[in-house]
Amino acid sequence: MTDAVMNAGRVAFQADGSTGARKGVQVNRLDGGLIKGSKALSFTFDGKSYKGFEGDTLASALLANGVRLMGRSFKYHRPRGVLTSGSEEPNALVELRSGGRQEPNTRATVAELYDGLEANSQNRWPSLQHDFMAINDRFSNFLTAGFYYKTFMWPAAFWEKLYEPIIRKAAGLGSISFEADPDAYDKGFLHCDLLVIGAGPTGLMAALTAGRAGAQVIIADEDFLLGGRLNAETFGIGDLAGAAWVAQVQAELVSMPNVRVMPRTTIIGAFDHGIYGAVERTADHVLAPEAGKPRQILWRIYSKRAMLAAGATERPIAFENNDRPGVMLAGAVRAYANRWAVTPDQTVAVFTNNDDGHRTAADLIAKGVKVTAVIDTRADAPKVEGAELFAGAQVIDTKGRLGLEWARVRLANGTTRDVPCGALAVSGGWNPNVHLTCHQRGRPAWRADIAAFVPAGELPQNMSVAGAANGDFSTAAALRAGAEGAVAALSELGIEAKAGDLPEAEDAPVNVTPFWYVKEGKGRAWLDQQNDVTVKDVKLAHQENFRSVEHLKRYTTLGMATDQGKTSNMGGLAIMAELAGKQIPEVGTTMFRPPYTPVSFGVMAGRSVGEEFRPTRKTPSHKWAEEQGAVFVEVGQWLRAQWFPKAGETHWRQSVDREVLQTRNSVGVCDVTTLGKIDVQGKDAAEFLNKMYANAFAKLPVGKVRYGLMLREDGIAYDDGTAARFAEDHFVVTTTTANAVLVYRNMEFARQCLFPDMDVQLISTTEAWAQFAVAGPNARKLLQKVVDPEFDISNEAFPFMACGEVTVAGGCRARLFRISFSGELAYEIAVPTRYGDAMIRKLMEAGEEFGAVPYGTEALGVMRIEKGHAAGNELNGTTSALNLGMGRMVSKKKDCIGNTLSEREGLNQEDALKLVGFKPVNAADPVQAGAHLMNATGEVSAATDQGYITSAAYSPVLGCSIGIGFLKRGDSRKGEVIRAVNPLEGKEIQVEVVSAHFVDPEGELLRG
Amino acid sequence: MIINHPILGPRDSQEFTYLGDAALIDRPDWQAEGAADQFHDYLYLRDNPAGEHRELWFHEQGDRSWLVVTRNTVTHEILNVELARDVARARGRSK
Repeated sequence: MTDAVMNAGRVAFQADGSTGARKGVQVNRLDGGLIKGSKALSFTFDGKSYKGFEGDTLASALLANGVRLMGRSFKYHRPRGVLTSGSEEPNALVELRSGGRQEPNTRATVAELYDGLEANSQNRWPSLQHDFMAINDRFSNFLTAGFYYKTFMWPAAFWEKLYEPIIRKAAGLGSISFEADPDAYDKGFLHCDLLVIGAGPTGLMAALTAGRAGAQVIIADEDFLLGGRLNAETFGIGDLAGAAWVAQVQAELVSMPNVRVMPRTTIIGAFDHGIYGAVERTADHVLAPEAGKPRQILWRIYSKRAMLAAGATERPIAFENNDRPGVMLAGAVRAYANRWAVTPDQTVAVFTNNDDGHRTAADLIAKGVKVTAVIDTRADAPKVEGAELFAGAQVIDTKGRLGLEWARVRLANGTTRDVPCGALAVSGGWNPNVHLTCHQRGRPAWRADIAAFVPAGELPQNMSVAGAANGDFSTAAALRAGAEGAVAALSELGIEAKAGDLPEAEDAPVNVTPFWYVKEGKGRAWLDQQNDVTVKDVKLAHQENFRSVEHLKRYTTLGMATDQGKTSNMGGLAIMAELAGKQIPEVGTTMFRPPYTPVSFGVMAGRSVGEEFRPTRKTPSHKWAEEQGAVFVEVGQWLRAQWFPKAGETHWRQSVDREVLQTRNSVGVCDVTTLGKIDVQGKDAAEFLNKMYANAFAKLPVGKVRYGLMLREDGIAYDDGTAARFAEDHFVVTTTTANAVLVYRNMEFARQCLFPDMDVQLISTTEAWAQFAVAGPNARKLLQKVVDPEFDISNEAFPFMACGEVTVAGGCRARLFRISFSGELAYEIAVPTRYGDAMIRKLMEAGEEFGAVPYGTEALGVMRIEKGHAAGNELNGTTSALNLGMGRMVSKKKDCIGNTLSEREGLNQEDALKLVGFKPVNAADPVQAGAHLMNATGEVSAATDQGYITSAAYSPVLGCSIGIGFLKRGDSRKGEVIRAVNPLEGKEIQVEVVSAHFVDPEGELLRG
Repeated sequence: MIINHPILGPRDSQEFTYLGDAALIDRPDWQAEGAADQFHDYLYLRDNPAGEHRELWFHEQGDRSWLVVTRNTVTHEILNVELARDVARARGRSK
């Protein structure tokens, strides 16, 4: 195990130094705790400097400095303080850091303090103390549940222009800086026999048991300190203090090579087949990540077995004005005192419905904090030492500006008592953290004895649950469940583990009387503090007939904030059950979904940002093209040269026109490596291609190439290319750049699933060959200088559509194809990819005497439009062979993919679209791709639509703009003048219907 | 999800491309009576069961095997994985 993991964990955090030195201005700092008191850390909150200690969270350090007000609520901008001490925190959301590292909506309760930490409150203006938007609170009657469905309905036009912009501006919490995040995020993969989720007593005991048995174990905890509630309580284990036991176990775990201890790691989701997502915060606790190290890592953990030991979350009791800063969960107040040596205030009162709340009073009193009262809803509340007990009493209101000053209590005898307190520790009982058990089909079940939902139903595959997460709340029960759970999980894997002797620990029973909300009072009692949902809102939803728990959630937004209602859902359900006259289990729960806590986009993206967003594929001539100053274009993952500007050319059209004209007048060279290449071999190769292509291939002679059109099974054309026959049993197929992967996939499908006994093998060789088109009247002369002289490539020996294996440059093997996309005398020559760079240099050198130009994808496109060749714009997923003018190519004598359905009536209408060319009547008019075709006169409408233009370009050969496209009965309308309309831009031009073959319609050039 | 490849063992489903119902193996005979109707049904009519489903997966980032995976679409439990070629042969496909 690395030092980093050791250091990330516990290093005997015991307080040192005198009380006075530790306290400084930290007015609420106590003695003891698990912080390192030797070194003060400086941090700022809203620009003001404070001191804290190593081991603090931002929340504990702020409380130590007497800061209770930490945020403003979402809707009403109510002043809010910290409610919890963990990741369930709804209120204390802050912005951490600044500039590109600014991170909004971070819970102060889990933000680990470091020297120089910069934090700011959010959702307030101009300051946290004086928030202008708090005016919303005065209008709360208009902003109740579902207000946006009711309040801003009229006049309708105001919604888009006025209401929505205002609401959008007012809503939201933190802000982003709009600067690029300078930090790296990583992704990783881990495998284990047993994944232990949570490192409290249950998880530690499970990991220890499994680790000792030699199993591969991962134990992950979202906290930076292992131990869970043992850090927050005063319980001992065996002879040791809780924290000392944790340190001992951790040391043993870290020493085992088969155990991976992962603090600061949140398991965010339980996915199929034992796969878990985890976010490890590797550098959120330091000023900036070390150079080259990531801030966070997203792990995908493949586990054979998993144990959820995620503990439990305390729930509050709702009462009027229970959201005042200082009102906190009792367990959190206890955690701040015991772990962080902090009390939220010097006078604290406790409000509880269960025995656990009494622990807070006892622990605070032991630390010398004044506990002004313990208010217990139960008439038979246990006795309290050192504080006044009000049994059978309830807190009915609180007072204090920007922070709690006193609580009003309705006593059992009906009188009221105002209890002074700067903090009120509230406990409504504990909810097991069942979240991950619900990420698939688990649905929790109600256990009346502990008044809580526990995991039930179909849990994620191979997951077990133990300890408090399973409703076993005592420490002794947790240790037992952890050890026995590990033994059981491993035995399923054939690994023998022993539970061993368990240390002694507290084993107090749960003693709780359900109590969800105080009925007295006309004011607002808060359930979901992050989304500002009150008891009244739930009542209103019920009144308006939102009876399903899922409807309640969406109508009131209860539990829909970034905390997913970890502290509030239960209260809402209980109130709903009461209103409906049902039992809680009849109402059910809403769904918990991943992620367990919010996850940054950065870690989701990982390294896939900027240029690394996806792989970049470069052609073999890329370096050479860069040297020529080429402008590149993204074609899928490929970067291709778009054109090659020359000195003095100020507009791309100048470069492209020159490349076209020079190619047509002499010779041009283009890298066409990106076209897909598939090697097809085997006795049945020809028969196989017969099935793949609409046209026939069986009789293609060796040494010849044929154009081929591929159909989808529904009869629509989807790709075209060539197949060259190098031997009886060997073809080389090319596909379009875009469809290289799809064609290969479909061919493998046909080979394995449709024709499994054909003797044919396929392999993709797209990246194995560098291929260049050499086109133009001087193409042969150029190639004769490159192809070795023993190969005769004269027109007689190597005619149009010939192919063959040759050597170039004195012995380098190559493949030569006489095919033409431009309509010129043209070849494509392929050499092994590693010679691609040498080959482009060789070709250009050989072409110098002819003034050979390199041409890019733009010139390629212009020339193919001039020649009337279909490409992606024409093979657009709606067109058939018939539309493309290749209807007769589809062989009726053989079976092929798409053959049968291409004969459908709908694809063979008399007025079917046909591919033709278009020339503007006024030569200066630009033809636009996408323009629709209308008859010369008459209405312009969808009903009168005659077709559309698919591709258009300026033709330097014709000296005007041209286009090709699909026109109804186009093949019989040549010479007709029609309109090309573009209603979006209000444009309309007259075009003449012509052959799509603008250049050399008889095909004499390419055969010359 | 993890797919237990008959040749390569357990593989993450991210390595695969999904196609759909394994019934796509049963491509009709183009010369059969009513071939057009058969092709129509073959191409367009699929069952969409909540439960067991035999489906085609392509190990595109792997050995390029087409597999027939029997999967429960509700629980994502994978009950069987076969090489599609074996399935095709068993269903009478040849050349």
